[in-house]
Amino acid sequence: MIWPAYDVGLLRMHIPDGYLSPSTCAVLYGTAIPFWYVAFARVKRLLNTRLVPLLAMVSAFCFVIMMFNVPLPGGTTGHAVGVGAATVVLGPWASMLAVSIALLIQAVFFGDGGITTLGANCFNMAIVGSIVAHLVYRAAAGRTAITSSRRVLAAGLAGYAAINVAALFAACELGIQPLFFRDASGAPLYAPYALHIAIPAMMLGHLTFAGLAELFVSGGVVAYLQRTNPALLGQRSSARTDEAARPPAATTGWRATRPLWIRLALLMLLTPLGILAAGTAWGEWGARDFSDPQMRQQITAASGNIAPPSQQPRGLARLSSLWSAPFPQYAPPFVRRPAFGYVMSAVFGSGLILGFFLLIVWMAGGREAEAPTTSA
Amino acid sequence: MTRGRENLRGVVERTLASFVDALEHAFYAEELAKENGVLQKLDPRVKIVAILPLILIAALARRLWVVAALFVIAVAVAMLSKVPLRMLAKRVWLSVLTFTGLISLPALFLTPGQAIYTLPFFGRSVTAQGLRIGVCLIMRAETAATFSVLLVLCTPWSSLLKALRVLRLPIVLVVILGMTYRYIFLLLRNAHDMFKSRKSRTVGRLDGREQRRAATASAGVLISKTQQLSGEVYLAMRSRGFQGEVYVLDEFRTGWFDWVMLAVFVTVAILAFWFGR
Repeated sequence: MIWPAYDVGLLRMHIPDGYLSPSTCAVLYGTAIPFWYVAFARVKRLLNTRLVPLLAMVSAFCFVIMMFNVPLPGGTTGHAVGVGAATVVLGPWASMLAVSIALLIQAVFFGDGGITTLGANCFNMAIVGSIVAHLVYRAAAGRTAITSSRRVLAAGLAGYAAINVAALFAACELGIQPLFFRDASGAPLYAPYALHIAIPAMMLGHLTFAGLAELFVSGGVVAYLQRTNPALLGQRSSARTDEAARPPAATTGWRATRPLWIRLALLMLLTPLGILAAGTAWGEWGARDFSDPQMRQQITAASGNIAPPSQQPRGLARLSSLWSAPFPQYAPPFVRRPAFGYVMSAVFGSGLILGFFLLIVWMAGGREAEAPTTSA
Repeated sequence: MTRGRENLRGVVERTLASFVDALEHAFYAEELAKENGVLQKLDPRVKIVAILPLILIAALARRLWVVAALFVIAVAVAMLSKVPLRMLAKRVWLSVLTFTGLISLPALFLTPGQAIYTLPFFGRSVTAQGLRIGVCLIMRAETAATFSVLLVLCTPWSSLLKALRVLRLPIVLVVILGMTYRYIFLLLRNAHDMFKSRKSRTVGRLDGREQRRAATASAGVLISKTQQLSGEVYLAMRSRGFQGEVYVLDEFRTGWFDWVMLAVFVTVAILAFWFGR
């Protein structure tokens, strides 16, 4: 068999094409893009012109490491993703990019993992994996010396945790498909298993075999480098001190506000989460809800079993007709999918607020610009 | 226990075999890309614009017959491009079937619906709806994988990467991808040599712990080599005048055949999208 990961069968988490709905794929691509952007900017700042060769080599390394057969206790073998080792040696940002590039080449060249689901696979393994590995490694290794045996354990744990959290994310993505995407007859359109099947099925294999493979590779690589090339392990902390010693970046302009923009974009993408919540938001009832028997039941249940007034409050009825929103219920009439409506509303709403502030800044800036000329 | 030992003994061989397979696959793809077939004749940019939508539509279509029709088209394109179907069956269809088939198997029984066949001993029934879901999942994955493998098999990797710029991918990324691909083979060779020399020095059996040590130490050597190599490559690039900016030569040219084929593919994509909604 040529395909590197097929012999582990169900233990792999490269989600193939056709398992996730278009909207899930789009959301996961959308979530991955800000991380790639920040990672690229950070790595580029650190490496400058060295970026291209280093990233290419490390991505090639990640690809090759994915093909290693790691013997596991009990006579089986498993494949590691290598995200633990990459994070420990390179730091989370470079590892995020390198593993993503390796996954891209695997998907395009080897057909391992889908193209539509590449965003999801990169998000789970490269992004979530690197972040989890970084946090666990930092917490477990503490301030111990580079050659301390605690670091071997920490790296192993980091790899194990990274791969399991990544698998949990993949299981959740697969598990929410039948909740949201069904055809007219109620049959699931994409991945067919609900969360209560997907999560145990995925986690069983990863908590045992795949997690162990990652644990051995991460811990083993660190143990080997401690013996032969400890400078490589220390490089990561020296890179960080380099960064700290650098004069602070400009505190104004695009660079300073970039993290805020990214967070804003993330929040916009996450707005449809509200659809998942059951029931209504307490106190956010419309005037018409008071006359709908089903809504009345929900209001009663949410208000400590105290029934609402039988008539809609008159003041509420009068005021509610004063203004009708352009996007009622977060979706303009022409949008049929509520999730898309939410994202659109978020973009529109944030755009309005930003536009308003830009207008204020522009007006204030205009006056400031005028001021020096008049004084001079 | 014996089986476990046998398995462990095969670890080095299996890793070696997967390296050799990957190398073989790459050389084979380079050979196929030189053939005189329909896809090979097309401008790589046209190929990407023509095939990428088909992959997306196949992966996301809701109707089984649309996916099946796209699969037939993929097979036809493969035949016109002189891609041996045996090779596609072995390397793509079988491996996708193994994974997707395993995953979709329980859906046959777990999906509620009209029972069409009851297993003799287990008492569980295959439902019509379950069968439909299983077949749909498998067909979607097979069709999308066939199209993407066709795109890669019939285009030299370097041209494919350059052509990716029609998707507005940053040049830096295209160059990194190209270099990654180039150095994958160097590192594969390195890893292959390491495993082979280890195997030739080994007499008798290694226990599991030793095997693991060998595998992880090889990974450690490889990461050290990677770092060293990237330093050397960087210096080599610097000495040739590299200053962080990347330039790519665009030598693609489209002819009437490209435009005709693009029109055909786009029509198929629009029809598939329309009927598969």
